[in-house]
Amino acid sequence: MSALPFDPWFTDPRDPALFEALQEGLPLVSRPYAAMGERVGYTEAEVINRLREWRLSGLIKRLGVIVRHRRLGYRANAMVVWDVPDTEVSQVAGRICQYSFVTLCYRRPRRGSEWPYNLFCMIHGQDRERVESQIRQLIEGCGMTAWPTATLFSTRCFKQRGARYVPSIETVSLESIEPA
Amino acid sequence: MNDTERAIINGLQGGFPICERPFLAAAEQLGLSEETLIDGLRCLLDNGTLSRFGPMYHAERLGGALSLVAMEIPAADFDRVAELVNAYPEVAHNYARDHALNMWFVLATEKPERKDWILGDIERETGYPAYDMPKLAEYFVGLRLEV
Repeated sequence: MSALPFDPWFTDPRDPALFEALQEGLPLVSRPYAAMGERVGYTEAEVINRLREWRLSGLIKRLGVIVRHRRLGYRANAMVVWDVPDTEVSQVAGRICQYSFVTLCYRRPRRGSEWPYNLFCMIHGQDRERVESQIRQLIEGCGMTAWPTATLFSTRCFKQRGARYVPSIETVSLESIEPA
Repeated sequence: MNDTERAIINGLQGGFPICERPFLAAAEQLGLSEETLIDGLRCLLDNGTLSRFGPMYHAERLGGALSLVAMEIPAADFDRVAELVNAYPEVAHNYARDHALNMWFVLATEKPERKDWILGDIERETGYPAYDMPKLAEYFVGLRLEV
């Protein structure tokens, strides 16, 4: 048998099929793990064990609903960025994450004069003015008034779904990956 | 949106049980019956409010590369470049944003080295530089939209 992809996650020949079945979504039946097991040759208990392992080890970040935020009226989508001294960035990020309207927060590399910013956060809101006031609240509350900042609202969304993670592993769609 | 749908969206963004009767366990937490929860989920999927009901993966732990890429594209050339970029199956979440760097997309590849090949291809095909900004640290926040 050829090597399994995603080593060391897949330790059983049935694992790739289970991963693929999971990717399609949980069956909407009373015992979904039994239904998935029937498709791939695992018992219900085996499916439950495999999924718990994958979740504990971090392959699966979480199970749950994946919403189309625009469909829910979240159309004001702001990426807010700062140029924060590298020695202070973790501390500041910790303060930013205290605000419930912040949905994602990352440190990324600066890119010369084109892009001097290293701290990124996302705010998804229903209304642009409200998001702007939340950003002011964030800057003052986190003591960030001295640092260069920019707010980039999204104006169009070209592609939010339908893409595949990789052609050779046809199972992981990009929808299962949170916006990086 | 009705109360059931609201409860499902607010309650199931953070996780879903892995046990024999997960819908029953989740429904009890939400104050719903198992059947109401299953029907509500089917409805939200059918009407497109949810894109999926299932797993979120840690892309990096699948051994690949994941990055955020920005480009500065003149307005007159924007649609041509968007079409070229979006044609790559590894590209997702492509947004126009109001900044000099006005195109922002996520790139996910199976092999880490393939990321640089694709970025090189995109730069050659479009004629514009692509700024690669992989995450260096992720700070914990729950991605959760209240409705």
